[in-house]
Amino acid sequence: MTSAGNPAVETAARSEGGGRRLPLPWLGVMPFLLYVGLFLLLPTVIIAFGSFTTKQGDPTLNNIAGINQDFLIKAFVTSTTISVASALLGAIFGAMLAYAVATGNPRGVFRRIVTSMSGVLAQFGGVTLAFAFIATIGNVGFVTIFLQSHGIDIYANGAPLYQISGLIVVYTYFQIPLMLLVFLPAVDGIRPQWREATESLGGGTWHYWRYVAGPLLAPAFLGCTLLLFANAFSAYATVAALITQGGIVVPLQISNLFTSETGRSQPGLAKALALSMILIVTIVVVLYTLLQRRTSRWLR
Amino acid sequence: MMATAGAGVEVRLEDLRRSYAGVTALDGLSLTMAPGELVALLGPSGCGKTTAMRLVAGLEEANSGRVMFGGKDVTGLPANKRDVGMVFQAYSLFPHMTAQQNVAFGLSLHKVGAAEQKKRSGEMLELVGLSKYANRYAHQLSGGQQQRVALARALAIQPTVLLLDEPLSALDAKVRSRLRDEIRRVQLEVGTTTLFVTHDQEEALAIADRVGVMNAGRLEQLDSPVAIYSRPATPFVAEFVGLTNRLEGTVRDGQVEVRGVRLPLVKSDMADGAAVALVRPEAVSLGPDEDSVPGPLTGTVITVAFLGATSRVSVDLGDMTVLAQLPTAQASAYPAGTRVRLAIRPDPVLIAREEKAPVEA
Amino acid sequence: MSRSRRIKLQVFRATIFILLGAFFLLPIGAMFEFSTRGNSVTAPRTMEAWAAIFQTADLVKAIPVSLELALITSVGMLVLLLPTMVWVRLRLPRIHRIVEFLCLLPLTIPAIALVVGVAPLYHWIEINLSDSILILSFVYLIIVLPYSYRALDAGLAAIDIKTLSEAARSLGAGWGTVMMRVIVPNMSTALLNACMLSVAVVLGEFTFAQLLYFENLQVAIAYVGLVSAGTSIAVSVASLIFAFTLLMILSFFGRPRERVAREEELLPGTESRILPLRNSFIGVPDK
Repeated sequence: MTSAGNPAVETAARSEGGGRRLPLPWLGVMPFLLYVGLFLLLPTVIIAFGSFTTKQGDPTLNNIAGINQDFLIKAFVTSTTISVASALLGAIFGAMLAYAVATGNPRGVFRRIVTSMSGVLAQFGGVTLAFAFIATIGNVGFVTIFLQSHGIDIYANGAPLYQISGLIVVYTYFQIPLMLLVFLPAVDGIRPQWREATESLGGGTWHYWRYVAGPLLAPAFLGCTLLLFANAFSAYATVAALITQGGIVVPLQISNLFTSETGRSQPGLAKALALSMILIVTIVVVLYTLLQRRTSRWLR
Repeated sequence: MMATAGAGVEVRLEDLRRSYAGVTALDGLSLTMAPGELVALLGPSGCGKTTAMRLVAGLEEANSGRVMFGGKDVTGLPANKRDVGMVFQAYSLFPHMTAQQNVAFGLSLHKVGAAEQKKRSGEMLELVGLSKYANRYAHQLSGGQQQRVALARALAIQPTVLLLDEPLSALDAKVRSRLRDEIRRVQLEVGTTTLFVTHDQEEALAIADRVGVMNAGRLEQLDSPVAIYSRPATPFVAEFVGLTNRLEGTVRDGQVEVRGVRLPLVKSDMADGAAVALVRPEAVSLGPDEDSVPGPLTGTVITVAFLGATSRVSVDLGDMTVLAQLPTAQASAYPAGTRVRLAIRPDPVLIAREEKAPVEA
Repeated sequence: MSRSRRIKLQVFRATIFILLGAFFLLPIGAMFEFSTRGNSVTAPRTMEAWAAIFQTADLVKAIPVSLELALITSVGMLVLLLPTMVWVRLRLPRIHRIVEFLCLLPLTIPAIALVVGVAPLYHWIEINLSDSILILSFVYLIIVLPYSYRALDAGLAAIDIKTLSEAARSLGAGWGTVMMRVIVPNMSTALLNACMLSVAVVLGEFTFAQLLYFENLQVAIAYVGLVSAGTSIAVSVASLIFAFTLLMILSFFGRPRERVAREEELLPGTESRILPLRNSFIGVPDK
């Protein structure tokens, strides 16, 4: 703003400026940095810090050790189970759906509908999804009643919605669309020339998938599956709307500690749990990013 | 079935037809390629040249007609049983394999042992001059290098036919001409019968033993490059290959009269009437306009384009512009603005009856 | 492609679409069915549950509140993010990586975890500044950052900001004019995308609202659902229709591209609050 108009002068001033002038350009990003620092970085620091301090403020590892309690370990196992299962189901069916979409007309109406619907369904998680399944396989859900009238009682072994198997199905509902959205670009990146080259060199369908398309899509598939895992692991609203009592998954344990008296007496535990979640998700995302790099190099 | 290197095979296309969704892509294409010959299929987009090539490759099925390799009918065979080598316009290489792995891939599909694969892929990379890049991936190679690897890969399996689908179109101009000569060199060395598809006439004329000019699914002319250029058989070929002046005139008694000059016809049995004569710029010569009497062949020089040994002069005759191509030394006498008189060499000319040129530049 | 292969492919595609279509439409259909049930098994269909939406105090209060939150968050996001991104592109390109990292960071921090660290902040704000539900906007702005950033970044990338602003400045425009009359009009699609994404995320947000003891739309739905499932289900259907409409608008305003060339770095949010970002580029040119 000082050396207005002449780009050459501005660039020169900027490269010379360095340490001598006031770092004026930095002023422009200050609001953003301050805001993000306050509402994102500070809370993260609070979590990290609080995980390693007692209520009085002394350093301690008790909070971390506190995770090693039966009911919490169980929550981690359940969270992982549901996340892995829904991720795998979502990945496999989502990949097949992506292939089905990619092999159709790229500009067709159909493809646009499917991708738009996926966009809607992928975000249809949380409370609204919980109620959708209550309407389907809840106590008086549509499918429940339908099956009852045909002699099948799905409530024989307890309410399916509150069990791990039921939750896996519910989670898969938004995992599949998510997989479509994140995996489709990779499938689109497979060029028809590679199939044709394989054929002209003497290879058939099996050779193509075994040596060309399979290896090319593998990193993307793996990366997207990891993404789905992290997504399910972080999910809170859906299960909170379905299961009002108890804490079968880690997010519910956190919310329990948050809102209960016992939780208030040991705030460090909630923070330690939060920290562990952040770490797990971060590791997964880092792996995803690394796999992504390979994919985008091959399947641009 | 692998042909021995160095001995090409005859490739014959018999009356191939292909249409889809109501559009006729190929309308009865017949041609025979001699063993080891390089035939270029030349034409504008949509003329059917790529379809023809894909039918030879087996990537698409013809509606009718036959494809024969060395007397054997392969029309019913799928692509992976035909032993054809293909080089594509883009995305030729498998991105997750190194150059050498790409070249060896076809060999592995042909059940060649690992040691032999290594040896042969090494030889092929040597043939295209890329031995040093054996361990590079596609994204680490330039466009021209990728196409050379693709060529090596196609030739590694010693194919019956080599098919090149506009392999140079996606490359920079400088790389294009160098690679063009490379491809020809390799093809001559290996001796595989080759079909080269392109829309670039310079490429086709420079590289091929014979050129087939295609238009709207039909083969208009199949001849040596020289014949295609100097003795075009149809108006389409005359206008698609090289530059042409379109001079309006009248046909009378087996000759055409344009702008006061009588020219013989290629086909002497033309009906009388209005016509457009197609005259090459090389057939037009310039002379000074001494007496300044305006006539049908007098005009003013607009521009002179220096092309090296020759120059192209465009002359404004008032009602139209004519191109003349002459040695630069002569052209220098007629800079822009000079008044000139044109002369047309009495070579036999082709006649077109349409109002406007059928092909865009 | 050979005939038999083509047929096999079409069979596969049809199977997948039918199977998955059924799986996805079933709960939606069930919701419609449930929310229109009469009092008994034989009673005729009724829209009572739908009408009840407007009679339920929690919902009547929560819907406008959530819309307000969506509006404030969108505006706040634009005011904070757009000038910053323009500034970074024009004046401080070196910091671009840091800004991008910060904007995508919220995706790696699950909401249920972040709320633990945000709560003390909100405690302070409620005591010292305001305890209106609208203060949720502060943290909402953070969670919409990744989606808005991507949308705006795509818009900025598509227009050459540097050249445009230099041209405008050389013609005598001040920075305000450059922003409002040069940059913003050329980014209308991206701005629309960013806002719609923000609205969708805010309307669907549950975690922060619930654990910070505010009652937004989703919390209200959950609360009402404990008493009357039918009403909550009706609202859920309504929000689904709303989201779908939003997306249809998005896809009509966004320019249709051949294919999405760049992999969207879509990362987990609360229940994958991810919509297809219309920042698709034209496929890599055949070079």
